Amino acid sequence: MRKLKDRAARYGIATGGLGVIVAITLIFFYLLFEVVPLFRSADVHKQVAYSLPVTAGESLYLAMEEQAEIGLQVSSSGEAKFFDTQDGSLRLQSQLPVPAGVTVSAFAESAPGSNLLIAGLSNGSAIIFKHDYKITWPNDQRLITPFIEYPYGEEPITVSEGFPLDEVAIRDSEEVLTIAGSSGGQLFMTRLNKEVDFLTEEITLTREQVTMPMIGGKVRRLLLDPDRKWLFALSGNDDLSVLDIKSLVPYVKRVVPLAEDSHTVTSLEFLLGGISLLAGDSDGNISQWFMVRNQSGKEDLTRIRSFKQGDAVITSIIPEHRRKGFLALDSAGVLGLYSTTANRQVLTTKIADQNVAFTGIAPRANGLLVRTGDDMAFWSVENEHPEVSWSALWDEVWYESYGEPEYIWQSSASNNDFEPKLSLMPLAFGTLKAAFYAMLLATPLAICGAIYTAYFMAPGMRRKVKPVIELMEALPTVILGFLAGLWLAPYVENNLPGIFSLLILLPFGVLLFAWFWDRLPLSIRGRVGEGWQAAMLVPVILIFGWLAMSLSGAMESLFFGGDMRSWITHDLGIPYDQRNALVVGLAMGFAVIPTIFSIAEDAIFSVPKHLSYGSLALGATPWQTLTKVVLLTASPGIFSAVMIGMGRAVGETMIVLMATGNTPIMDANIFEGMRTLAANIAVEMPESEVGSSHYRILFLAALVLFLFTFVVNTLAEMVRHRLRQKYSSL
Amino acid sequence: MTMKITVSNWFKSGSPWVWLNAGAVAVSVVMVLGLLALIAVRGLGHFWPTAIVAADYTIPGNSQVQVMGQIADVEEIPAQRLVDAGLPKPGNKALIDRQLIKVGNRDVSGSDFVWVVKPWLQNVSHPKDAIALERREWGNFYGFLKDVRQNGSVVASGTEAWAALQDSIERAEDIYSQIYKIEKKEIGHINSGLERLRLKERSLELKGTNTPEALADIAASRAVLDAEYKVLEKELGDLYAAFTRDSIQAQTIDNNIVDINVSKIVRAYQPNAMGFFGKVGFYGDKIWEFVSDDPREANTEGGIFPAIFGTVMMVIIMSIIVTPFGVIAAVYLREYAKQGFVTRVIRVAVNNLAGVPSIVYGVFGLGFFVYFLGSHMDQLFFPEALPSPTFGTPGLLWASITLALLTLPVVIVATEEGLSRIPSTVREGSLALGATKAETLWRVVLPMASPAMMTGLILAVARAAGEVAPLMLVGVVKLAPSLPLDGNYPFLHLDQKFMHLGFHIYDVGFQSPNVEAARPLVYATALLLVIVIAVLNLSAVAIRNHLREKYKALEI
Repeated sequence: MRKLKDRAARYGIATGGLGVIVAITLIFFYLLFEVVPLFRSADVHKQVAYSLPVTAGESLYLAMEEQAEIGLQVSSSGEAKFFDTQDGSLRLQSQLPVPAGVTVSAFAESAPGSNLLIAGLSNGSAIIFKHDYKITWPNDQRLITPFIEYPYGEEPITVSEGFPLDEVAIRDSEEVLTIAGSSGGQLFMTRLNKEVDFLTEEITLTREQVTMPMIGGKVRRLLLDPDRKWLFALSGNDDLSVLDIKSLVPYVKRVVPLAEDSHTVTSLEFLLGGISLLAGDSDGNISQWFMVRNQSGKEDLTRIRSFKQGDAVITSIIPEHRRKGFLALDSAGVLGLYSTTANRQVLTTKIADQNVAFTGIAPRANGLLVRTGDDMAFWSVENEHPEVSWSALWDEVWYESYGEPEYIWQSSASNNDFEPKLSLMPLAFGTLKAAFYAMLLATPLAICGAIYTAYFMAPGMRRKVKPVIELMEALPTVILGFLAGLWLAPYVENNLPGIFSLLILLPFGVLLFAWFWDRLPLSIRGRVGEGWQAAMLVPVILIFGWLAMSLSGAMESLFFGGDMRSWITHDLGIPYDQRNALVVGLAMGFAVIPTIFSIAEDAIFSVPKHLSYGSLALGATPWQTLTKVVLLTASPGIFSAVMIGMGRAVGETMIVLMATGNTPIMDANIFEGMRTLAANIAVEMPESEVGSSHYRILFLAALVLFLFTFVVNTLAEMVRHRLRQKYSSL
Repeated sequence: MTMKITVSNWFKSGSPWVWLNAGAVAVSVVMVLGLLALIAVRGLGHFWPTAIVAADYTIPGNSQVQVMGQIADVEEIPAQRLVDAGLPKPGNKALIDRQLIKVGNRDVSGSDFVWVVKPWLQNVSHPKDAIALERREWGNFYGFLKDVRQNGSVVASGTEAWAALQDSIERAEDIYSQIYKIEKKEIGHINSGLERLRLKERSLELKGTNTPEALADIAASRAVLDAEYKVLEKELGDLYAAFTRDSIQAQTIDNNIVDINVSKIVRAYQPNAMGFFGKVGFYGDKIWEFVSDDPREANTEGGIFPAIFGTVMMVIIMSIIVTPFGVIAAVYLREYAKQGFVTRVIRVAVNNLAGVPSIVYGVFGLGFFVYFLGSHMDQLFFPEALPSPTFGTPGLLWASITLALLTLPVVIVATEEGLSRIPSTVREGSLALGATKAETLWRVVLPMASPAMMTGLILAVARAAGEVAPLMLVGVVKLAPSLPLDGNYPFLHLDQKFMHLGFHIYDVGFQSPNVEAARPLVYATALLLVIVIAVLNLSAVAIRNHLREKYKALEI
């Protein structure tokens, strides 16, 4: 029975003990588990294939609704067919009100995912329609009913007064509907201004025809930007005319040659948001362009980055509806998945042997309809985190509407059109900046303090000082952060000269006191025991500290025109935040001092005594013994103390959160704030959507912190271990 | 010449360097003690009834206004800053005193603090009959009492008004506590019962056992609760009518007449008329309110009892989790595992985990406990409450477990140290007497190591009580509607969010709309937290020292 109990205890404790250890390692593996999907490559595979319900004419448009259950195909005969994406069965068929004897000659969608479509007709008018879906729950089963609606009436709207439309473009807003069209090299633009009767809420439209300039060559592609500022017209010789249509009389602002060498542009689309243009050419290149303000302040269409898919002709570019990514197809049947921000070709894969006739993407970018000949295939797409890549996280990225590549962290999005800026650089920089200023204060104070405490201090005083330092270590950082943010930050702002003069006055005061003390006759000096200097210095520090602070105002009016803060901002031109790196350095330095102090003190104190006795016996002064013997021996321990202190400073959250403005800027200026990795997690994690790229990047930030501190601490621990062995062998 | 040589000799002797090092210690000590003093002074000072000052205030070029209130802060600023702010320069002095006066009356004047430049204050007086009213909303009121009314008709005015007001407030307080009891306790109880019935119904529906009899049962219980509710509602209506019976009329310093219902007043006092002992009594009262009452006015007034309670609950649950696991892990590492490379690696790893930033634990807790474990638990055990999560959202349990994980290294390290200090002779003696290893462990080793475990636990508690960053992710809220422990089934609400002292400091100090008003309370909260942590730490130190002495004796 006792044996049994003994064995049970053995196994129980072993399982319990190992369980705890496993639980601890779980932290690392779980963080990794959440981060890994970020770097997993995408995957597409064919789910089903079927032949389409017979349609007259070629496809003009292929789309799916939110759930990717129902697809829509619009063909050149003016037929709109909704079908089941899983088996191709027809759900609804609708004929656009195309007048007799007229054909659909042009087709466009407003913005990807807006579902607002325009069919340009051969008689110069256009039909505007929308596909929409109603969701009902009969018997707790989701039922999606598609329908076509005509928000501006079924009557075609005249755009070009009889010229057959080759290309159309449309943009809708609260106040105005803008339609652009082209016939050969002739451009047309119609604006329908909306006036809402505020009583009946009825909309009356007033039509306005805008005179447009001529373009050289036949227009092959027409794109209208969402702000209705620019109209892009691609003409026969691959020149892209950029028209300013905000001005009273639209004019060609610029003509930009899009193609390089002898290639021709074969596909031109907007990226989500309508800021960037994507141009695919006959040699398999895809380039991204957007308007950038150059040095002289003029806007110019600039090539931002390009991708190379293969050697085949890019036949179509399909922008995603929710992200800054797109798909590209070439004539060899290769599909490419891209993310522009991340500058990343996520995947290229061959999906068909023959030329693909048409493709459409699901709003959630999780499905793809591919039509080849009369066959339709539904491909499922797994592409969770295309916007994350090494370069997106750590390199400068040229974001949309920015003048040049930059490091920016700006994760919050007001809408889908926003380009998430997920550079970890400003955060990593902020982390190191905060740690640097903290270490600047903490390292000298802590190490000097440790040297004195371990080597010179009287044991009686040491017993009193050590608990004080331990208490300092135990102080909750939230209290330090609160004091730093609400008391220290305004105090520092009001007493800047005083704070800086402390740096000079305190050492000066100490030396002055020491000088006179050492001149005093031995009878007086002898009354204070050896090793009590620190206690005597407390009043000295207080007096000189008070002196510095009370002189602060005088110094301000003497040297800085009365207000040092405004002197810094106006005369030096350095921006000043109230909650800045100086405040963080002081507060976090305070938090780090005890960590470094305890470990360094331990290392110095445990240097074997016979070493220093030997040195002293040979006639060295205590100070010589300290610098030449003790510190040399203890230096690895001091080094590891600094490392561990650094680890603490890097991971500290509350102080930085409360004592800085948390703006993710990259500037080493001591008078500006920063945002650190840890504070960023605390700020953004609660609002982050589970499983999103942003969520996983925050996990990545946590993993980086974990690994950094773990590695630093392990190194420090190893150094200390070696040191302990060395001591024991001495 | 001689002087110079002496200085260089002095430096050569190394003495100045020693002094500078001593200075570093002195600076550190001054910093710690100064910080504690700052918190103590600001935190404790807040409750003292400072005098109400009344004065005329004239910004040159503007018309004279009258201000009355309590001085909250004084600071010296360069006169240049006033000029920069577009004000005239007062005199030719470079530095100007300015005072922050808490003028209250937010409902009348809009803001309850004003900065005044001291030289522009005239005719400063301390009117004896000035009153300060602490109200449930709109902050403090400062003014002069005119009369007290019942149902609109004056019952006392002039010198009797003050006594009548005190009686009236006492009566309102009494009714308020009855209302509070009904609203929070009894109606809360009924609501929790109704919610349980709803969940039961849904759960029957999910299981497909929602037979008419079962549903009728539920409907019957619901009817009982509804009937009880009706009674309470009636009672509450009567109480409210009685509650708002009295009102007062008061006059502000700038001669506005204000009607204030007594039900809105928490406390009325005349600091200028109070004697020293009256002030001390008032002070004690305020401190008691601070530690025992619920917060008012978006946490900027009143007490912090729910935060204290939440912190204590969290720490207790955390201790229950961390102690056995920490001790078992330490015992395994020290007594059972084969000492070698692997145990050394584990030891280093455990040690280093203590240095991993706490926010990382928070991220882990949120991802693994809340979103992963919690949502799976919800699907398994609480499907009836879905889609609103039960454990799939931050709460007390997850916060406690996360902090248990965070403090695990502390307990393991401390326990291991305790175990390693027990001389092997003691173990060998026990084994030689025929005890098994488990018996030795249970009867001899663990009791001897118990002070070490205690030390570890105390340090863990001290760390947990001050930790905020991970809690922000896994369970704290700025204002919890109820305590995590109450009279409603299942009594201990592990799934609820809770309030925490540390988070309270962060939230009130930084997220509050009225930071100026909240600041003294934050200092007081910080002081409380510092005291708790200091006491815990010092007791850990004391236990450790005691322990060392004990084993020294054993070794001899």
